[in-house]
Amino acid sequence: MPSEKAIKMNRIIKAIWVFNWFNSCGFTELIPVVGSRWDMERFGMIITPTPRHADVLFIAGYQTWKSLERAKRVYEQMAEPRVVLGLGACTMSGGMYWDSYNTVKRLSDYLPVTMYIPGCPPRPEAVFEACVKIFQHVKELK
Amino acid sequence: MFILRFVVAPIIAILGAIFVGLIIMGIDRILAARMQSRVGPPLRQPFWDVKKLMIKENIIPENAISWLFNAAPVICLAVVSTILLYLPLAGFSPILAAHGDLIVVVYLLILPALAKVIGGFASGSPFASVGAQREMVMMMSYEFPLAIIAVSVAWLLSKVHPSLDAFSLQAIATHPVWGLVKGPLGIVGLILLLVSLLVVTPGELSVIPFDLPDAPTEIVGGVLAEYSGRNYALFYLASAVKLVVLPSLLIAIFFPYGISGLFNVGAAAAGVIDVVFFLVKLFVILFFSVTCVHVLAARLKIDQLVNTYFMAMTAVSLVGLVLIVLDAAI
Ligand code: SF4
Repeated sequence: MPSEKAIKMNRIIKAIWVFNWFNSCGFTELIPVVGSRWDMERFGMIITPTPRHADVLFIAGYQTWKSLERAKRVYEQMAEPRVVLGLGACTMSGGMYWDSYNTVKRLSDYLPVTMYIPGCPPRPEAVFEACVKIFQHVKELK
Repeated sequence: MFILRFVVAPIIAILGAIFVGLIIMGIDRILAARMQSRVGPPLRQPFWDVKKLMIKENIIPENAISWLFNAAPVICLAVVSTILLYLPLAGFSPILAAHGDLIVVVYLLILPALAKVIGGFASGSPFASVGAQREMVMMMSYEFPLAIIAVSVAWLLSKVHPSLDAFSLQAIATHPVWGLVKGPLGIVGLILLLVSLLVVTPGELSVIPFDLPDAPTEIVGGVLAEYSGRNYALFYLASAVKLVVLPSLLIAIFFPYGISGLFNVGAAAAGVIDVVFFLVKLFVILFFSVTCVHVLAARLKIDQLVNTYFMAMTAVSLVGLVLIVLDAAI
């Protein structure tokens, strides 16, 4: 008998709604995810206009100190259960901006990032793989 | 008999409409995706969406008026389901036929939009307020052609069959309008009325190009911007039921024909055939007036929308009315 939590997560896996927080070059490889070649809608994933409807927050690329404040605000507006995906090398370690004075080096110091997707920027296949795994992962964590 | 008519039948009608509406939503999403050379979601995707929304947290924003904010989605779904009970569906007479007619339906069609307006203003977000204002403007502009269509059809019926209750949807459905007019003038008039009702349909459903109240890319979901979880699921269900309600109204007025008379079968089989044929009609209407349009078009500006409905469609439906009157007079 799966736990109540697991049942809930299984329901979300089939309809993941995404809110994009993209303010750097990490966005470039994610536009095709929506388009006709990779088509995220076939997995039930759609992009929502407002964080209130979203299950997953995509944070692509480096955050500056100023944009981090806004990212936190967006995260606070999302409804539970919610997860954060960090995309690209910049969210993990600062990437090629590792010695810049005004970017965030490690996103998980500031936001509860559930999973990182490596790459500069990550390929659409990697994004899909992460979306399949992410709620399984949350299930195992709790 | 009373229980069958006022308890069982409405429940079947409403649950059936929710089911059919969600299926149609899934078909619409698949077809739209195919037209954009994508694969599209599975047919059951809208059901999964609703199931997921039901378990999400239901956030009530701090500066919202919470009781209004929570009441709006319930009112919206309840009103849309009520309209359904006044419409003749699949050849059956309306469940509440004795309690209301076309005028009630035209009035009730305002209420889902009004519920969204209330919800938008009550959520206390600037995006939702802009969405609510747009919803109000839109409601006022498509209401006029709709009223003209209702009046023309009723006038035509009362002219030809003075003994009938002209505004009763059952009477309209059993006397198809195409048989009431005499010559080509009347036919052209009816076609103009049909065109304006077909243009009003996507407006009532607020899909692109008439999706100004929710415009995701400019006012982040508009009236729905602050809704999440169960409240949003109710709005989602209401829009699914609306997908059944509006084409049903169009079918009742313009295409109330059944094909069960062509087959030599028993009453039960005839009922099934009529229901299936009704669903086919529903689907064809939605395909041409919603799916094709929202794939092809971009969003209008609010002044273009008001011009479309308040000027163009009102003119078209008025010309239709005049032609019908001329046809009857000659
Ligand atoms: S990881 Fe690469 S693509 Fe992504 S934001 Fe950093 S530099 Fe740009």
